[in-house]
Amino acid sequence: MNIRIEARELKKAFNRRVIFQNLSFSLAQHQTLLVTGKNGSGKSTLVKILGSVLTPTAGTVTVTSDFTGRDHSPLADIGLVSPYLMMYDEFSAVENLSLALAIRGMSPHAAEIDALLEKVSLYDRRHDLVRTYSSGMKQRVKYAFALVHHPAILLLDEPMANLDNEGIDIVHRVMEEQRERGILIVATSDLSDINSYDLRVDMNERR
Amino acid sequence: MNAVEHIGHSWARSVIAIFKKDWHSELRTRYAISALVMFVITTIAIILFSIGNESAPPDLLSAMLWVVVFFAAMSGLSRSFVTEEERGTAMTLQLLTSPSAVLFGKLLFNIVLVFGLNALTVVLYALFINGFVIRTLSIFVVTIILGSTALAASSTILAAIIAKANTKGTLYPVLSFPILLPWLLTVINGTRLASEGAFFSEALGEFQILLSYIVVVVATSYLVFPYIWKE
Repeated sequence: MNIRIEARELKKAFNRRVIFQNLSFSLAQHQTLLVTGKNGSGKSTLVKILGSVLTPTAGTVTVTSDFTGRDHSPLADIGLVSPYLMMYDEFSAVENLSLALAIRGMSPHAAEIDALLEKVSLYDRRHDLVRTYSSGMKQRVKYAFALVHHPAILLLDEPMANLDNEGIDIVHRVMEEQRERGILIVATSDLSDINSYDLRVDMNERR
Repeated sequence: MNAVEHIGHSWARSVIAIFKKDWHSELRTRYAISALVMFVITTIAIILFSIGNESAPPDLLSAMLWVVVFFAAMSGLSRSFVTEEERGTAMTLQLLTSPSAVLFGKLLFNIVLVFGLNALTVVLYALFINGFVIRTLSIFVVTIILGSTALAASSTILAAIIAKANTKGTLYPVLSFPILLPWLLTVINGTRLASEGAFFSEALGEFQILLSYIVVVVATSYLVFPYIWKE
Protein backbone atom coordinates (compact mmCIF):
# COMPACT_ATOMS: atom_id res chain seq x y z
CA MET A 1 0.00 0.00 0.00
CA ASN A 2 1.24 3.48 -0.91
CA ILE A 3 0.20 6.29 1.40
CA ARG A 4 0.65 10.03 1.33
CA ILE A 5 -0.35 12.81 3.72
CA GLU A 6 -0.46 16.44 2.69
CA ALA A 7 -1.17 19.46 4.88
CA ARG A 8 -1.93 22.64 2.96
CA GLU A 9 -2.01 26.17 4.43
CA LEU A 10 -3.09 24.95 7.86
CA LYS A 11 -4.21 27.49 10.42
CA LYS A 12 -5.63 26.97 13.88
CA ALA A 13 -7.00 29.69 16.12
CA PHE A 14 -8.91 29.43 19.38
CA ASN A 15 -11.16 32.49 19.36
CA ARG A 16 -8.79 35.32 18.46
CA ARG A 17 -5.62 33.56 19.52
CA VAL A 18 -3.78 32.17 16.52
CA ILE A 19 -1.88 29.01 17.46
CA PHE A 20 -0.23 28.52 14.08
CA GLN A 21 -0.76 29.47 10.45
CA ASN A 22 0.65 28.99 6.93
CA LEU A 23 1.69 25.44 7.71
CA SER A 24 2.17 23.17 4.71
CA PHE A 25 4.05 19.92 4.20
CA SER A 26 3.79 16.67 2.34
CA LEU A 27 4.96 13.21 3.37
CA ALA A 28 5.14 10.04 1.30
CA GLN A 29 5.57 6.38 2.24
CA HIS A 30 8.61 5.69 4.52
CA GLN A 31 9.09 9.37 5.34
CA THR A 32 9.26 10.82 8.83
CA LEU A 33 8.37 14.22 10.25
CA LEU A 34 9.53 15.78 13.50
CA VAL A 35 7.34 18.53 14.97
CA THR A 36 9.16 20.62 17.55
CA GLY A 37 8.44 23.74 19.54
CA LYS A 38 8.19 25.05 23.04
CA ASN A 39 5.24 24.34 25.34
CA GLY A 40 2.03 25.88 23.99
CA SER A 41 3.40 26.28 20.48
CA GLY A 42 0.67 24.03 19.02
CA LYS A 43 2.43 20.66 18.58
CA SER A 44 -0.42 18.66 20.12
CA THR A 45 -3.00 20.76 18.28
CA LEU A 46 -1.30 19.96 14.97
CA VAL A 47 -1.18 16.24 15.83
CA LYS A 48 -4.91 16.29 16.65
CA ILE A 49 -5.68 17.98 13.33
CA LEU A 50 -3.57 15.43 11.42
CA GLY A 51 -5.38 12.67 13.33
CA SER A 52 -8.72 14.22 12.28
CA VAL A 53 -9.96 14.68 15.84
CA LEU A 54 -9.75 18.48 15.56
CA THR A 55 -10.89 20.69 12.69
CA PRO A 56 -8.45 23.32 11.39
CA THR A 57 -9.63 26.95 11.24
CA ALA A 58 -8.31 27.08 7.66
CA GLY A 59 -6.47 24.76 5.29
CA THR A 60 -6.79 21.07 4.57
CA VAL A 61 -5.23 17.73 5.45
CA THR A 62 -5.45 15.14 2.70
CA VAL A 63 -4.58 11.48 3.06
CA THR A 64 -4.34 9.58 -0.20
CA SER A 65 -3.86 5.88 -0.49
CA ASP A 66 -3.79 3.42 -3.35
CA PHE A 67 -5.40 0.81 -1.13
CA THR A 68 -8.77 -0.12 -2.55
CA GLY A 69 -9.75 -2.87 -0.15
CA ARG A 70 -13.34 -2.81 0.98
CA ASP A 71 -12.38 -2.44 4.66
CA HIS A 72 -10.81 0.93 3.98
CA SER A 73 -11.96 4.10 5.73
CA PRO A 74 -9.97 7.34 6.29
CA LEU A 75 -9.74 6.66 10.05
CA ALA A 76 -8.22 3.25 9.31
CA ASP A 77 -4.99 4.96 8.15
CA ILE A 78 -4.34 6.77 11.42
CA GLY A 79 -2.81 5.54 14.67
CA LEU A 80 -2.30 8.10 17.43
CA VAL A 81 -0.53 8.15 20.79
CA SER A 82 -1.05 11.30 22.82
CA PRO A 83 -1.17 12.41 26.45
CA TYR A 84 -4.77 13.49 25.72
CA LEU A 85 -5.80 10.01 24.59
CA MET A 86 -7.43 7.99 27.37
CA MET A 87 -8.28 4.32 27.55
CA TYR A 88 -11.46 2.97 29.17
CA ASP A 89 -10.13 2.27 32.63
CA GLU A 90 -13.05 0.04 33.66
CA PHE A 91 -11.89 -2.42 30.99
CA SER A 92 -8.70 -4.49 30.74
CA ALA A 93 -6.02 -3.95 28.08
CA VAL A 94 -7.37 -6.89 26.06
CA GLU A 95 -10.91 -5.53 26.30
CA ASN A 96 -9.76 -2.05 25.23
CA LEU A 97 -8.04 -3.44 22.13
CA SER A 98 -10.96 -5.73 21.24
CA LEU A 99 -13.27 -2.77 21.68
CA ALA A 100 -11.12 -0.60 19.41
CA LEU A 101 -11.28 -3.19 16.63
CA ALA A 102 -15.02 -3.84 17.10
CA ILE A 103 -15.85 -0.11 16.98
CA ARG A 104 -13.78 0.15 13.81
CA GLY A 105 -16.06 -2.54 12.38
CA MET A 106 -13.25 -5.13 12.39
CA SER A 107 -13.15 -8.58 13.98
CA PRO A 108 -10.89 -8.87 17.03
CA HIS A 109 -8.35 -11.73 16.89
CA ALA A 110 -7.24 -12.87 20.34
CA ALA A 111 -3.84 -14.16 19.19
CA GLU A 112 -3.00 -10.89 17.44
CA ILE A 113 -4.03 -8.83 20.47
CA ASP A 114 -1.97 -11.04 22.76
CA ALA A 115 1.06 -10.68 20.46
CA LEU A 116 0.71 -6.90 20.49
CA LEU A 117 0.47 -6.80 24.28
CA GLU A 118 3.53 -9.05 24.45
CA LYS A 119 5.32 -6.54 22.22
CA VAL A 120 4.61 -3.68 24.66
CA SER A 121 5.42 -5.91 27.67
CA LEU A 122 1.91 -5.97 29.09
CA TYR A 123 1.07 -9.61 28.40
CA ASP A 124 1.20 -10.68 32.06
CA ARG A 125 -1.21 -7.92 33.10
CA ARG A 126 -3.41 -8.07 30.01
CA HIS A 127 -6.57 -9.07 31.88
CA ASP A 128 -6.18 -6.49 34.68
CA LEU A 129 -8.32 -3.37 34.56
CA VAL A 130 -6.51 -0.37 33.08
CA ARG A 131 -7.36 1.65 36.22
CA THR A 132 -4.91 -0.55 38.14
CA TYR A 133 -2.02 0.29 35.75
CA SER A 134 0.78 2.77 36.41
CA SER A 135 1.11 5.83 34.14
CA GLY A 136 3.90 4.09 32.16
CA MET A 137 1.76 0.99 31.63
CA LYS A 138 -1.14 3.17 30.47
CA GLN A 139 1.23 4.75 27.94
CA ARG A 140 2.13 1.26 26.66
CA VAL A 141 -1.58 0.39 26.25
CA LYS A 142 -1.90 3.53 24.12
CA TYR A 143 0.81 2.16 21.80
CA ALA A 144 -1.02 -1.17 21.49
CA PHE A 145 -4.26 0.76 20.87
CA ALA A 146 -2.60 2.86 18.13
CA LEU A 147 -1.08 -0.16 16.39
CA VAL A 148 -3.85 -2.74 16.67
CA HIS A 149 -5.34 -1.90 13.25
CA HIS A 150 -1.93 -1.64 11.50
CA PRO A 151 -2.16 2.07 10.58
CA ALA A 152 -0.18 3.44 7.65
CA ILE A 153 0.34 6.77 9.46
CA LEU A 154 1.50 6.79 13.07
CA LEU A 155 1.24 10.05 15.02
CA LEU A 156 3.17 10.23 18.28
CA ASP A 157 2.74 13.18 20.63
CA GLU A 158 5.45 13.25 23.34
CA PRO A 159 6.14 9.55 22.67
CA MET A 160 8.43 8.91 25.65
CA ALA A 161 6.14 10.43 28.31
CA ASN A 162 5.98 8.36 31.52
CA LEU A 163 8.07 5.53 30.10
CA ASP A 164 10.99 3.72 31.78
CA ASN A 165 14.06 2.51 29.87
CA GLU A 166 12.34 -0.69 28.73
CA GLY A 167 9.37 1.37 27.52
CA ILE A 168 11.65 3.76 25.64
CA ASP A 169 13.29 0.78 23.87
CA ILE A 170 9.86 -0.49 22.89
CA VAL A 171 8.97 2.91 21.42
CA HIS A 172 12.22 3.01 19.43
CA ARG A 173 11.38 -0.41 17.95
CA VAL A 174 7.83 0.72 17.12
CA MET A 175 9.21 3.84 15.41
CA GLU A 176 11.70 1.79 13.37
CA GLU A 177 8.96 -0.59 12.22
CA GLN A 178 6.72 2.33 11.29
CA ARG A 179 9.47 3.87 9.13
CA GLU A 180 9.53 0.58 7.20
CA ARG A 181 5.76 0.31 6.97
CA GLY A 182 4.41 3.80 6.36
CA ILE A 183 4.66 7.37 7.65
CA LEU A 184 5.83 8.44 11.09
CA ILE A 185 5.06 11.85 12.62
CA VAL A 186 6.51 12.69 16.02
CA ALA A 187 5.76 15.81 18.08
CA THR A 188 8.17 16.42 20.93
CA SER A 189 10.19 19.07 22.70
CA ASP A 190 13.08 16.59 23.00
CA LEU A 191 15.59 17.42 20.25
CA SER A 192 18.05 14.56 20.86
CA ASP A 193 17.11 12.57 17.69
CA ILE A 194 16.63 15.59 15.47
CA ASN A 195 18.80 14.29 12.62
CA SER A 196 17.03 10.99 12.16
CA TYR A 197 13.92 12.58 10.57
CA ASP A 198 13.38 13.47 6.94
CA LEU A 199 11.51 16.67 7.64
CA ARG A 200 11.19 19.06 10.57
CA VAL A 201 8.50 21.61 11.39
CA ASP A 202 9.37 24.15 14.08
CA MET A 203 6.09 25.38 15.54
CA ASN A 204 7.81 28.40 17.11
CA GLU A 205 8.13 29.86 13.61
CA ARG A 206 4.47 29.37 12.65
CA ARG A 207 2.69 32.00 14.74
CA MET B 1 -21.45 -7.65 -1.02
CA ASN B 2 -20.77 -4.37 -2.88
CA ALA B 3 -18.85 -1.38 -1.43
CA VAL B 4 -21.96 0.50 -0.26
CA GLU B 5 -23.37 -2.61 1.44
CA HIS B 6 -20.02 -3.20 3.11
CA ILE B 7 -19.77 0.38 4.45
CA GLY B 8 -23.32 0.01 5.82
CA HIS B 9 -22.41 -3.34 7.38
CA SER B 10 -19.25 -1.90 8.96
CA TRP B 11 -21.22 1.14 10.23
CA ALA B 12 -23.85 -1.12 11.81
CA ARG B 13 -21.09 -3.15 13.51
CA SER B 14 -19.64 0.11 14.87
CA VAL B 15 -23.03 1.15 16.24
CA ILE B 16 -23.56 -2.20 17.94
CA ALA B 17 -19.99 -2.20 19.33
CA ILE B 18 -20.53 1.25 20.89
CA PHE B 19 -23.83 0.08 22.37
CA LYS B 20 -22.12 -3.03 23.82
CA LYS B 21 -19.24 -0.94 25.15
CA ASP B 22 -21.65 1.41 26.94
CA TRP B 23 -23.68 -1.51 28.25
CA HIS B 24 -20.67 -3.36 29.70
CA SER B 25 -19.27 -0.11 31.05
CA GLU B 26 -22.61 0.63 32.72
CA LEU B 27 -22.76 -2.83 34.29
CA ARG B 28 -19.31 -2.25 35.79
CA THR B 29 -19.60 1.38 36.87
CA ARG B 30 -23.39 1.79 37.38
CA TYR B 31 -23.10 5.53 36.61
CA ALA B 32 -26.56 5.90 35.05
CA ILE B 33 -28.51 2.93 36.40
CA SER B 34 -27.92 3.89 40.06
CA ALA B 35 -28.98 7.49 39.43
CA LEU B 36 -32.12 6.43 37.52
CA VAL B 37 -33.26 3.74 39.98
CA MET B 38 -32.65 5.87 43.07
CA PHE B 39 -34.48 8.79 41.51
CA VAL B 40 -37.53 6.70 40.57
CA ILE B 41 -37.78 5.05 44.00
CA THR B 42 -37.32 8.33 45.89
CA THR B 43 -39.83 10.25 43.76
CA ILE B 44 -42.52 7.56 43.98
CA ALA B 45 -41.97 7.39 47.77
CA ILE B 46 -42.44 11.19 47.99
CA ILE B 47 -45.65 10.99 45.90
CA LEU B 48 -46.91 8.21 48.19
CA PHE B 49 -46.23 10.27 51.30
CA SER B 50 -47.87 13.38 49.86
CA ILE B 51 -51.00 11.63 48.53
CA GLY B 52 -51.51 9.33 51.50
CA ASN B 53 -54.80 7.40 51.31
CA GLU B 54 -56.51 9.90 49.05
CA SER B 55 -56.97 9.05 45.38
CA ALA B 56 -56.02 11.64 42.77
CA PRO B 57 -57.92 12.07 39.45
CA PRO B 58 -56.57 10.03 36.46
CA ASP B 59 -55.26 13.06 34.54
CA LEU B 60 -53.20 14.15 37.54
CA LEU B 61 -51.80 10.64 38.04
CA SER B 62 -50.92 10.42 34.33
CA ALA B 63 -49.08 13.72 34.54
CA MET B 64 -47.20 12.67 37.69
CA LEU B 65 -46.08 9.39 36.04
CA TRP B 66 -44.37 11.26 33.21
CA VAL B 67 -42.98 13.96 35.49
CA VAL B 68 -41.22 11.16 37.41
CA VAL B 69 -39.89 9.73 34.12
CA PHE B 70 -38.80 13.19 32.90
CA PHE B 71 -36.78 14.07 35.99
CA ALA B 72 -35.35 10.55 36.35
CA ALA B 73 -34.19 10.76 32.72
CA MET B 74 -32.61 14.15 33.44
CA SER B 75 -30.60 12.62 36.27
CA GLY B 76 -29.25 9.64 34.33
CA LEU B 77 -29.39 9.93 30.55
CA SER B 78 -26.77 12.64 30.20
CA ARG B 79 -24.12 10.23 31.52
CA SER B 80 -23.61 8.58 28.11
CA PHE B 81 -21.77 11.60 26.71
CA VAL B 82 -20.74 13.37 29.93
CA THR B 83 -18.61 10.41 31.09
CA GLU B 84 -16.80 10.32 27.73
CA GLU B 85 -15.89 14.01 28.08
CA GLU B 86 -15.03 13.85 31.78
CA ARG B 87 -12.75 10.84 31.39
CA GLY B 88 -11.18 12.12 28.19
CA THR B 89 -12.32 9.13 26.13
CA ALA B 90 -14.28 11.27 23.65
CA MET B 91 -11.08 11.63 21.61
CA THR B 92 -10.62 7.86 21.70
CA LEU B 93 -14.06 7.39 20.12
CA GLN B 94 -13.38 10.15 17.59
CA LEU B 95 -10.34 8.20 16.41
CA LEU B 96 -12.27 4.98 16.04
CA THR B 97 -15.40 5.70 14.06
CA SER B 98 -17.66 8.21 12.37
CA PRO B 99 -19.78 10.70 14.38
CA SER B 100 -23.01 9.10 13.14
CA ALA B 101 -21.98 5.67 14.47
CA VAL B 102 -21.27 7.24 17.88
CA LEU B 103 -24.62 9.04 17.86
CA PHE B 104 -26.66 5.96 16.97
CA GLY B 105 -24.69 3.69 19.35
CA LYS B 106 -25.40 6.10 22.21
CA LEU B 107 -29.02 6.48 21.08
CA LEU B 108 -29.48 2.70 21.12
CA PHE B 109 -28.05 2.54 24.64
CA ASN B 110 -30.30 5.37 25.86
CA ILE B 111 -33.38 3.70 24.30
CA VAL B 112 -32.65 0.50 26.23
CA LEU B 113 -32.03 2.53 29.41
CA VAL B 114 -35.28 4.52 29.01
CA PHE B 115 -37.31 1.34 28.36
CA GLY B 116 -35.86 -0.17 31.55
CA LEU B 117 -36.53 3.05 33.46
CA ASN B 118 -40.12 3.21 32.21
CA ALA B 119 -40.77 -0.46 32.98
CA LEU B 120 -39.57 0.06 36.55
CA THR B 121 -41.54 3.30 36.97
CA VAL B 122 -44.78 1.82 35.60
CA VAL B 123 -44.51 -1.32 37.76
CA LEU B 124 -43.82 0.68 40.95
CA TYR B 125 -46.50 3.23 40.04
CA ALA B 126 -49.12 0.52 39.40
CA LEU B 127 -48.22 -1.30 42.61
CA PHE B 128 -48.14 1.63 45.02
CA ILE B 129 -50.19 4.54 43.66
CA ASN B 130 -53.88 4.37 44.52
CA GLY B 131 -56.29 4.94 41.63
CA PHE B 132 -53.81 4.49 38.75
CA VAL B 133 -55.78 2.20 36.45
CA ILE B 134 -55.17 1.57 32.74
CA ARG B 135 -58.41 0.74 30.92
CA THR B 136 -57.09 0.69 27.33
CA LEU B 137 -53.83 -1.23 27.49
CA SER B 138 -53.04 -0.87 23.76
CA ILE B 139 -52.98 2.95 23.99
CA PHE B 140 -50.78 2.79 27.08
CA VAL B 141 -48.30 0.33 25.50
CA VAL B 142 -47.95 2.36 22.29
CA THR B 143 -47.61 5.58 24.32
CA ILE B 144 -44.85 4.01 26.42
CA ILE B 145 -42.99 2.67 23.35
CA LEU B 146 -43.16 5.90 21.32
CA GLY B 147 -42.73 8.11 24.41
CA SER B 148 -39.62 6.22 25.53
CA THR B 149 -38.04 6.37 22.06
CA ALA B 150 -38.78 10.10 21.76
CA LEU B 151 -37.34 10.78 25.23
CA ALA B 152 -34.19 8.78 24.44
CA ALA B 153 -33.74 10.57 21.09
CA SER B 154 -33.99 14.09 22.50
CA SER B 155 -31.97 13.24 25.64
CA THR B 156 -29.13 11.82 23.55
CA ILE B 157 -28.53 14.92 21.43
CA LEU B 158 -29.03 17.21 24.45
CA ALA B 159 -26.48 15.14 26.38
CA ALA B 160 -24.00 15.55 23.51
CA ILE B 161 -24.50 19.34 23.62
CA ILE B 162 -24.21 19.78 27.38
CA ALA B 163 -21.22 17.41 27.63
CA LYS B 164 -19.14 20.17 26.02
CA ALA B 165 -20.33 22.81 28.53
CA ASN B 166 -18.79 23.67 31.89
CA THR B 167 -22.09 23.73 33.83
CA LYS B 168 -23.37 20.30 32.82
CA GLY B 169 -25.58 19.54 35.84
CA THR B 170 -27.75 22.64 35.68
CA LEU B 171 -27.78 23.09 31.92
CA TYR B 172 -29.33 19.70 31.10
CA PRO B 173 -32.82 20.13 32.67
CA VAL B 174 -32.93 23.82 31.66
CA LEU B 175 -32.13 23.05 28.01
CA SER B 176 -34.33 19.94 27.99
CA PHE B 177 -37.52 21.54 29.28
CA PRO B 178 -38.52 23.59 26.20
CA ILE B 179 -37.47 20.79 23.84
CA LEU B 180 -39.28 18.10 25.80
CA LEU B 181 -42.42 20.14 26.53
CA PRO B 182 -44.35 18.96 23.39
CA TRP B 183 -43.29 15.38 24.19
CA LEU B 184 -44.42 15.73 27.84
CA LEU B 185 -47.86 17.14 26.93
CA THR B 186 -48.42 14.39 24.33
CA VAL B 187 -47.44 11.42 26.50
CA ILE B 188 -49.52 12.79 29.41
CA ASN B 189 -52.49 13.06 27.09
CA GLY B 190 -51.93 9.53 25.73
CA THR B 191 -51.73 8.07 29.25
CA ARG B 192 -54.88 10.00 30.28
CA LEU B 193 -56.77 8.53 27.31
CA ALA B 194 -55.54 5.03 28.28
CA SER B 195 -56.69 5.47 31.88
CA GLU B 196 -60.08 6.88 30.83
CA GLY B 197 -60.75 3.83 28.59
CA ALA B 198 -60.77 5.70 25.25
CA PHE B 199 -60.86 3.82 21.93
CA PHE B 200 -57.50 3.20 20.23
CA SER B 201 -58.50 5.42 17.31
CA GLU B 202 -58.96 8.39 19.67
CA ALA B 203 -55.25 8.30 20.53
CA LEU B 204 -54.01 8.20 16.92
CA GLY B 205 -53.37 11.96 16.93
CA GLU B 206 -51.03 11.58 19.94
CA PHE B 207 -49.17 8.73 18.24
CA GLN B 208 -48.73 10.78 15.06
CA ILE B 209 -47.28 13.67 17.09
CA LEU B 210 -44.86 11.32 18.88
CA LEU B 211 -43.78 9.66 15.63
CA SER B 212 -43.20 13.05 13.98
CA TYR B 213 -41.28 14.20 17.06
CA ILE B 214 -38.99 11.14 16.85
CA VAL B 215 -38.35 11.63 13.11
CA VAL B 216 -37.60 15.36 13.52
CA VAL B 217 -35.30 14.88 16.54
CA VAL B 218 -33.37 11.96 15.01
CA ALA B 219 -32.97 13.71 11.64
CA THR B 220 -31.84 16.97 13.29
CA SER B 221 -29.45 15.07 15.56
CA TYR B 222 -27.91 13.28 12.57
CA LEU B 223 -27.32 16.62 10.82
CA VAL B 224 -25.92 18.64 13.74
CA PHE B 225 -24.04 15.95 15.69
CA PRO B 226 -20.77 16.03 13.65
CA TYR B 227 -20.40 19.75 14.49
CA ILE B 228 -21.07 19.14 18.19
CA TRP B 229 -18.84 16.07 18.39
CA LYS B 230 -15.70 17.50 16.79
CA GLU B 231 -14.14 20.69 18.10
